[in-house]
Amino acid sequence: MPYLFNTPEQQQEMLQAIGVDSVEALFATIPSELRLNRQLNIPPALTEMELQTHVSNLAEKNVGPSSRVCMLGGGAYDHFIPAAVDEIARRGEFYTAYTPYQAEASQGSLQTFFEFQSLICRLTGMDVSNASLYEGGTCVSEAAFMAMRVTKRHNRIVLLGSMHPEYRQVVESYLNHLNCEVIVVPSVNGCVDPADVDKAMNDQTACLVIQHPNFFGTLEEAEQLTEIAHKYGALSVVSYDPISLGLLNRPGDYGADIAIAEGQSLGTPLQFGGPYLGLFSCSKKFVRRMPGRLIGQTVDRNGKSCFVLNLQAREQHIRRDKATSNICSNQGLIAIRATVYLSLLGKQGIREVAELSCRKAHYAAEQLSQIEGISLLFNDRPFFKEFVLSCSEGPDYLLRKARQAGFDLGPELSRFEFQTDSETYQTGVLVAITEQRTREEIDRLVMALKA
Amino acid sequence: MDQGNLKFTKTHEWVGVEGEIATMGITDFAVNQLTDLVYIELPEVGSNCEAGKVFGEVESVKAVSDLYSPVSGEITEANTALVDDQSPLSDDPFGTGWITKVKMSNPAELDLFMNADDYRKFCESEAH
Amino acid sequence: MRNQLATELLFALSQPGRRGALFPDSDVPEKPLNELIPQSALAAKPTDLPEVTEPDVIRHFVNLSTLNMCVDTHFYPLGSCTMKYNPKRHERLAGLPGIVDLHPYQNPSDLQGMLELLYGMQEMLAEISGLPAVSLQPAAGAQGEFTALLTAKAYFESRGEKRTKVLFPNSAHGTNPASAALAGFDCVQLESSEEGLIDLDDLKSHLDDQTAVFMVTNPNTLGLFEKDIKQIAQMVHDAGGLVYIDGANMNAILGYTRPGDFGGDMMHFNVHKTFTGPHGAGGPGAGPIAVRDFLADFLPGPVIKRTETDSTENQFVLEDPPKSIGRIRTFYGNIGILVRGYCYLRTLGAEGLKAVSENAVLNANYLKVILKDVLPVPNGDLCMHEFVASASKIKSENGITAMDIAKRLLDFGFHAPTVYFPLVVTEAIMVEPTETESKETLDAFAETIRKILKEDPEFLREAPHSTDISRPDEVIAARNPILQCCEPQ
Ligand SMILES: Cc1ncc(COP(=O)(O)O)c(C=O)c1O
Repeated sequence: MPYLFNTPEQQQEMLQAIGVDSVEALFATIPSELRLNRQLNIPPALTEMELQTHVSNLAEKNVGPSSRVCMLGGGAYDHFIPAAVDEIARRGEFYTAYTPYQAEASQGSLQTFFEFQSLICRLTGMDVSNASLYEGGTCVSEAAFMAMRVTKRHNRIVLLGSMHPEYRQVVESYLNHLNCEVIVVPSVNGCVDPADVDKAMNDQTACLVIQHPNFFGTLEEAEQLTEIAHKYGALSVVSYDPISLGLLNRPGDYGADIAIAEGQSLGTPLQFGGPYLGLFSCSKKFVRRMPGRLIGQTVDRNGKSCFVLNLQAREQHIRRDKATSNICSNQGLIAIRATVYLSLLGKQGIREVAELSCRKAHYAAEQLSQIEGISLLFNDRPFFKEFVLSCSEGPDYLLRKARQAGFDLGPELSRFEFQTDSETYQTGVLVAITEQRTREEIDRLVMALKA
Repeated sequence: MDQGNLKFTKTHEWVGVEGEIATMGITDFAVNQLTDLVYIELPEVGSNCEAGKVFGEVESVKAVSDLYSPVSGEITEANTALVDDQSPLSDDPFGTGWITKVKMSNPAELDLFMNADDYRKFCESEAH
Repeated sequence: MRNQLATELLFALSQPGRRGALFPDSDVPEKPLNELIPQSALAAKPTDLPEVTEPDVIRHFVNLSTLNMCVDTHFYPLGSCTMKYNPKRHERLAGLPGIVDLHPYQNPSDLQGMLELLYGMQEMLAEISGLPAVSLQPAAGAQGEFTALLTAKAYFESRGEKRTKVLFPNSAHGTNPASAALAGFDCVQLESSEEGLIDLDDLKSHLDDQTAVFMVTNPNTLGLFEKDIKQIAQMVHDAGGLVYIDGANMNAILGYTRPGDFGGDMMHFNVHKTFTGPHGAGGPGAGPIAVRDFLADFLPGPVIKRTETDSTENQFVLEDPPKSIGRIRTFYGNIGILVRGYCYLRTLGAEGLKAVSENAVLNANYLKVILKDVLPVPNGDLCMHEFVASASKIKSENGITAMDIAKRLLDFGFHAPTVYFPLVVTEAIMVEPTETESKETLDAFAETIRKILKEDPEFLREAPHSTDISRPDEVIAARNPILQCCEPQ
């Protein structure tokens, strides 16, 4: 059997020490009528060689970015991952350890997570960051719960309709069954009118959740919206694209109270949607209301600086039903990937990735929208690296033609439900351009779509 | 404050009364159970508190504990010195470690509580 | 020895102008940025990340990594966490092109291999649990609990019932009450019996028409099989409630008994534990849930279905269950971890899985027996895959605490067991050796504990003595939290 140690002789010795005569006897506390009296019906065991063939065969049935140019977006992006990220994340010292409960034997993880928290603070301009949550969508519901604790307003939150529709669905599943109203302010033309938000807010609203850049790639009036939230005593929760902060104003700069994001872009492969990385940072005054693990700096008994799990009294293992969240296992290894990624990029690199993505996306949008029958769906709005195309022949036609030429675009907006304007929205197809795309690729796509 | 004049709750708060003002704090027993305190959250002056409802919290490395208001009324003072330094809570829980002062709306609520002797007995039974 | 320079904070290593990654020049026509993005949305100054080289980064993090204990290097008997060996083949296979690079919004016809794999995973989990309907979405056990509770809530609502209470024993893991509270239920904690099992009388007295779900870990957190589980389930069902099995301890019973067979209606797996995820310094995990067929329609969407169509259409499709509670995360789950779990199950097969549990239980019982004269285990005779000893007698005799023992073990090159959990045992030391350890390791571990217990209590209170740091001051940390090294700019 793979991975097992005990030889039959050792098993006998051990059984003797225990004082039973068979392994079977160790299971005596399981009443016989509850036993499974047959073998599990699962496929037969494979050796490593056979397993490799089997999984490779499955992998080959998929058509991925190795054979098609990825211009897919919608919350998961094909940014470049330097080799050093994989090298560090593959170290057994990191990936085969668990939560650093024993600080003395975990300074490696602890310092890395402390640096992660520090990097996220610098990136966002926020005061404190936790050591990760599950992913971008659940961050929104965690932020909403935290806003309710802070404001003591438990019955109402407001979201922009331009938020990722799956994030919205997550929040609705988390909150709808409680006595909490989730108000969605519809987007018009790919973004939300602050005047509409002002109308939707009231003094019973716990928070306003803004995604900027939004699901359509468009920039929202994040600063003005934050002011509106504050006018009603609500928290401003901003869901950002971490790469965009190489160029755009940071949530901390314009007064956001909680800044959240999907951190996949920071060095984690697409891997069909997960594991990804929930980034969660906030203003210092709310630190004791935060969900998730926090690493703090302190000193040991000899006065030496060191790191430790901090403020654990908020967490489920101590506070149980009154904890600030139910999260236990988080996304540690993905946070380590992000730490290494941001370290490699540095001040200059993050700006370059942001700028390249932005410039190439604008070039692509300009070229693509000049094709007959293709236009930008929301053409008067500034965007960052992602935009929505509309095709007179319909979204399926556009996607199919692009695929035939070796390009994956999408997702098509018709996959999702939007509150308003749904007819126009139904025609749209998202296109995301990262620094990895080249002018040659973009020109080739344009040629193919013209044909 | 002289403990003999205080009233005690089962959730380990104490109350001392002067006129219509009740001073509230937590007992040495509670502080010992919590071990090293690291943080306290106080109610806002001018806000109302309600008997049996949470009005603040104290935190140690090992636990967060809600503070339950023994009486109802309006918070007239909060011991903000505790926010930066929680040591009075353990060093002088019945004196400089007081937490809030409340203008009581229903002094009859006090009748429910234990006196010092009964409270000590209660703690002994809790400790086991 | 620790490389002091390389392990300074990353920010201290920064020098203006150093680069760790270079990118090509833009190949599209240059335009002023503020023609693309309004000036008001652009940051006034660049994000101030540290500036270091790639060799800096590698030396820094490789050195840091060596300050960790991990399964690859040490015995790691952290109770409740199943720190078993993480097979290296999983890392290679989860990293194959066609697996690691798939975008979640690709056309399903380009994803048939991936969907086939995930469908296979659903099927295997259904068989192992004895519960037919599976959702792979939850990111970890805690989210699995929450998702199942929402599923139960939707089920009751569909029957016009409004049940408000979730019950769990006091030995439950903290995520159980936390998930129940998050799902909007009132939490009712039950006492455990003398034997460390569910107290049937206490359960009975709390069951009523408000009981929605009883959450029970089986084997429980004391490493004991709830032998009355069938009766317990019957009592809950008679009251109209559902039984949730916290599957964190599945490593003890694979192929021996199944939650669905002993009365469970819903459960989660911890793929990072039982199916060797790995643990990733804290995560990511995967917490798929399995439920009875009458709950299947309420599961979060989407689930993977196999269609019986002709070969021109996709065989595997993503589908939302008809009365779904909705989405509980973006996309479809922690796929990378599920792929590893799939590889593990395919490596072991039915016999292998049974052997896993047999050896996990054998190792735990053996270790328990050779330690019991110095570390008594208050509850149970035979244990399952783990046992909970108590240091309270030692503590009252000479002041040595569970924490002291845990810390001193580090000096001898053993990771510490879980301590102070479950809460029902004072001075708890929770030991889970797992099946991927040898008798030699267990003997050496027991020998070390004996040695430690003979040491000077004063010396133990100062332990560990040979690790990179000594015990950190948690009070200072919590009074004035320093959670990052950058002053807000
Ligand atoms: C008994 C038990 N239940 C639930 C959980 C929660 O699982 P996770 O950490 O995957 O969220 C754990 C994990 O620590 C556990 O040990």
